[in-house]
Amino acid sequence: MNTTIQLQVNGKKHTVQVDPATPLLYVLRNQLALNGPKYGCGLQQCGACMVLLNGKAEPSCMLPVAAVKDRKIVTLEGLIQNDNEMHPVQEAFVQEQAAQCGYCMNGMVISAVALLNENPHPDDTAIRNGLQRALCRCGTQSRIIKAVKRAANSK
Amino acid sequence: MNRRNFLKNTGCLAIGFSLQRSFIDLPSPMFQELPQSIKRHPHINAWLEVLANGQVRIFTGKLELGQGIGTAIAQVAAEELDLGMNKVEVVLADTLRTPNEGYTVGSGSIEQSAMAVRFAAAAARQKLLELASQQLGVPAAQLNMQNGTISAVTGNKSITFHQLLNGKQITDKVQAPVNLKPKESYKLVGKAIPRSDISRMARGEQYYIQDMRFPGMVHACVVRPPAYDARLQELDEKALKKNIPGILKTVVNGSFVGVITQEEYQSVKAQRWLQQHSKWSAGSKLPAGSNMIKYLKTLPGQNDKVAEKGSIPDSNAWIKAQYYKPYHMHASIGPSCALAIYDNGRLHVWSHSQGIYPLRESISKLLPLPVDKIDVTGVPGSGCYGHNGADDVAADVALLAMAYAGKHVRLQWTRSDEHAWEPYGSAMIMEAAALLDDAGNITAWLYELWSDTHSIRPGGDANNLLAAQHYATPLKESSRFSSGANRNSEPYYAIPNQRIEAHFFKGPLRTSALRSLGAYANIFAIESFMDELAEKAGKDPFTFRLMHLQDERAKAVIRKVQEMISNIQLPANTGIGIAFSRYKNSASYCAVAAQVHVQPATGAIEVQKMWSAIDAGEVINLDGIINQTEGGMIQSASWTLIEQVKFDAQHVSSRDWVSYPIMRFNQVPEVEVAVLNQPEEKAMGAGEAAQGPAAAAIANAVYKAGGRRIRHLPMVPS
Repeated sequence: MNTTIQLQVNGKKHTVQVDPATPLLYVLRNQLALNGPKYGCGLQQCGACMVLLNGKAEPSCMLPVAAVKDRKIVTLEGLIQNDNEMHPVQEAFVQEQAAQCGYCMNGMVISAVALLNENPHPDDTAIRNGLQRALCRCGTQSRIIKAVKRAANSK
Repeated sequence: MNRRNFLKNTGCLAIGFSLQRSFIDLPSPMFQELPQSIKRHPHINAWLEVLANGQVRIFTGKLELGQGIGTAIAQVAAEELDLGMNKVEVVLADTLRTPNEGYTVGSGSIEQSAMAVRFAAAAARQKLLELASQQLGVPAAQLNMQNGTISAVTGNKSITFHQLLNGKQITDKVQAPVNLKPKESYKLVGKAIPRSDISRMARGEQYYIQDMRFPGMVHACVVRPPAYDARLQELDEKALKKNIPGILKTVVNGSFVGVITQEEYQSVKAQRWLQQHSKWSAGSKLPAGSNMIKYLKTLPGQNDKVAEKGSIPDSNAWIKAQYYKPYHMHASIGPSCALAIYDNGRLHVWSHSQGIYPLRESISKLLPLPVDKIDVTGVPGSGCYGHNGADDVAADVALLAMAYAGKHVRLQWTRSDEHAWEPYGSAMIMEAAALLDDAGNITAWLYELWSDTHSIRPGGDANNLLAAQHYATPLKESSRFSSGANRNSEPYYAIPNQRIEAHFFKGPLRTSALRSLGAYANIFAIESFMDELAEKAGKDPFTFRLMHLQDERAKAVIRKVQEMISNIQLPANTGIGIAFSRYKNSASYCAVAAQVHVQPATGAIEVQKMWSAIDAGEVINLDGIINQTEGGMIQSASWTLIEQVKFDAQHVSSRDWVSYPIMRFNQVPEVEVAVLNQPEEKAMGAGEAAQGPAAAAIANAVYKAGGRRIRHLPMVPS
């Protein structure tokens, strides 16, 4: 029951042979060997698996791969520029050292990129709302908020 | 005595010259205690290697959990060897490569591993200078070490570490006294050196165990019983194969069930199918709906007198209060994961366990397979700060890999596996009583606690691995009545008459070590009670604490927090509460203040801001301490406000983030941390200092804000 599916990920076309019901997350991680999106809950509750779908942050853990054939998918890896330079949001996370274990960082960075695309200068409340779907267990939220502010100011 | 003076006194060192003897010959020999880890692994090359590319590779038996230990250890090594941070790489826990340093626990990695590396690096420096002196024909006192090269102060003679050793390593033993770099000349230690691993995470580079991939790797799932001790009655392997594609192997041993599949999503589907189509016995009933305090106090158990001093008088004036903390989850954002391959009679396991050496012993007994046929490599996982499913999933995958030799098997637990089967932080009941004299001094103190174990880490036995409990002949979990429940049960205050007692029960849920163990609940109780007593004594919370403290460092963190909040203007229905503890009564000092708003109509609690002052002795990485303390406060605020593991009669019902919510962004307080550096004091871990005081500071703030005195957690039951 595998079928051939074409995906557009990080600016490149990929052809994969998979069960079309497979959630996008597994295809990105296993077929395309990407590390950015993480398995966290498989229930769209924690944000660890966030990707940009046509510029919007969406969880990828329940989304059948067949449903995103026509969408532009961007992961953490895809935010890196050709000259190996990080996206301003990634750079801000590093500058603020906004991590402990860092497992949630994918969801945080992807959510922040989507937020700043829509609202380049969010206030504290807008940042919190923009990141509300993403959970962090180590308690680095205060640094993450600072990182998003830094990224907004760097633009 | 600093290094330069030492070199002047000992003159030109020749190879084989005993440092020990030279010191004995000195006029005032000094006593120096070597770190325990060095005593167990005394050879320099156990800790440090010089590489051909000019790098120095450091080995630690500890694992990166998000606490930044890799960076702290690199800093210490780079400092002693005068290297740039980019010249040092750190290899984390690996039975093939690193010293056995037991478990990465108890905020002990700085005290143990970083200090071992400091001594090993300093001893290596000494040896390298000796060798360079001989090779270059220049007295060691006239040599300069910089970024892997040793040069004569005058002239142009120089040689690199690698040229000196010529591919060999330094195998000498580290012997006291070791001449450590004088702290006043530190360039790296004490500074907020950024963690280099954070940019790897931000770029989505391969970093976590979940990111490991091998050619031909296969995936797996385990199917747990519907109750802790339910037993498998019927499982239809043929029907499974018919319904789910990609099944490579089904492994059943009693009630242990694992399935190996080609693709990861096939494992997910196989698990769901088997959960719906297998038959299990009912298992024992859990005490759903019980009043937990009443229930837990009725359980049989052991009693332990923790401390007693002075005499406890009879009196009608005892002030009493009872506190409760429910079961808490580690609740890592990434569920536990492990990989293994069994090939040519050897088993290799990759694990995010906090103790890979004890895990290797445990797996050896579980399988069984001789220990010397097993390698375990530590790889960072998702942070949890305690004993979660890491060891169990490693045991699971070891069993599966043995049954499917020649392939790397990857087992990713699901969210529900982790939530329902990880060992929790125990529920605890704390009862405190005190007598005050007319001046407001506490004259007598009674304290009793009730708790389940805070450690079922495998510890080298197979019994505590989940898989072993599901075998056809199940092994019985051996809970050690560790001192974890007693942690910080003795007040740090000067009270002449005290009695502290602990009661250990075997409760309904599986429990083990969760960040700070019993300290969180004990400090919540003691520091809430201190505020209650302060009010009775007519003193403010700062004065009341300070008048019962004798340790100047304890007073200093409290005064610092007092200073941090001195200019805060509080709006209506808002209060600030404070609390203090010294972790384990022997490690970091931490005072916390919390600003809380309580809505009068609904009682809704909002933690707006938290401040902390911490003294962790000598600072190794300033930002590491700040990050740990910020995170400690936020995590504790989440525990305190909303967290509680729920269960029904059959099993744990907190199976996801809806049934076990943790704080989201709209609830997270602002945080601010001040670090009191004590360069001449012992360096101590900072990861578990803030949780207890944070909880009590919030409770005290809620009361000050016009809310209730909350003694039973969580504050906001869902």
